[in-house]
Amino acid sequence: MADKKTITIAIMDAPYENARSTTALRLIDLAARRGYNINVFAYEGAVLQPFSGQTPHPNAVHGRSVEEENHFIPKDAIAALMRTAENNGGKIDWVNCGLCVDERGAGNAIAGVRRGSPADFWQMAEASDNTLVIATR
Amino acid sequence: MPRYLLIESRDPFDSNDVRFCCDLAQQLAAAQNEVTLFLVQNGVLPARSGARSDDLARLVGAGVRVLADSFSLRERGIDETRLIAGVEAAPLDVVMDALVEGAKVIWH
Repeated sequence: MADKKTITIAIMDAPYENARSTTALRLIDLAARRGYNINVFAYEGAVLQPFSGQTPHPNAVHGRSVEEENHFIPKDAIAALMRTAENNGGKIDWVNCGLCVDERGAGNAIAGVRRGSPADFWQMAEASDNTLVIATR
Repeated sequence: MPRYLLIESRDPFDSNDVRFCCDLAQQLAAAQNEVTLFLVQNGVLPARSGARSDDLARLVGAGVRVLADSFSLRERGIDETRLIAGVEAAPLDVVMDALVEGAKVIWH
């Protein structure tokens, strides 16, 4: 498609810590539903967003099972967003900052996530229609 | 005319630097730019009437379009019909539209 749009989004927040993560996923969802190509550069704690070791848990305090708790798992949401993008003719290219990954032992990510560096972010921004940086501070 | 979309995710009760975003929006509008301020997350809190909303009212008067994310409003139980004059509820699509249309989009 000649007029396919490409958007790059940089995120820095670790999962479960700030509403910025929710907003970032909402934006990616919008772009995926529109069939855009989406580049995501995950920096700092954000490399843990697609960490494959995330596990849903029960809530013993409230007496709820794993199923009843229905815990939100970011890696599953990201995998679903990747499927949504593909189903609509787009693609999510998710790049985790390699040094940030090493620092956090976050090397095991879901399929579709690749290792990169801030240079990838620059290249993705250069090749995009626009870029949004969702900084922590 | 250059177009700017400023995204304010913080609220003035928690962050002293929210005024920075309002001042930037006002200055950009004064410099003949098309400026929209999009409030999201706790950034929607001052859109309530009487809730430290003076800065937003000032922006509306200065020609800045001020929008509040509908989802963030609903999350916080804020009625879309009870926002201060000149502030409108809008979907997050506004941000995606601005991005693909080439606006300068700045997150704060």
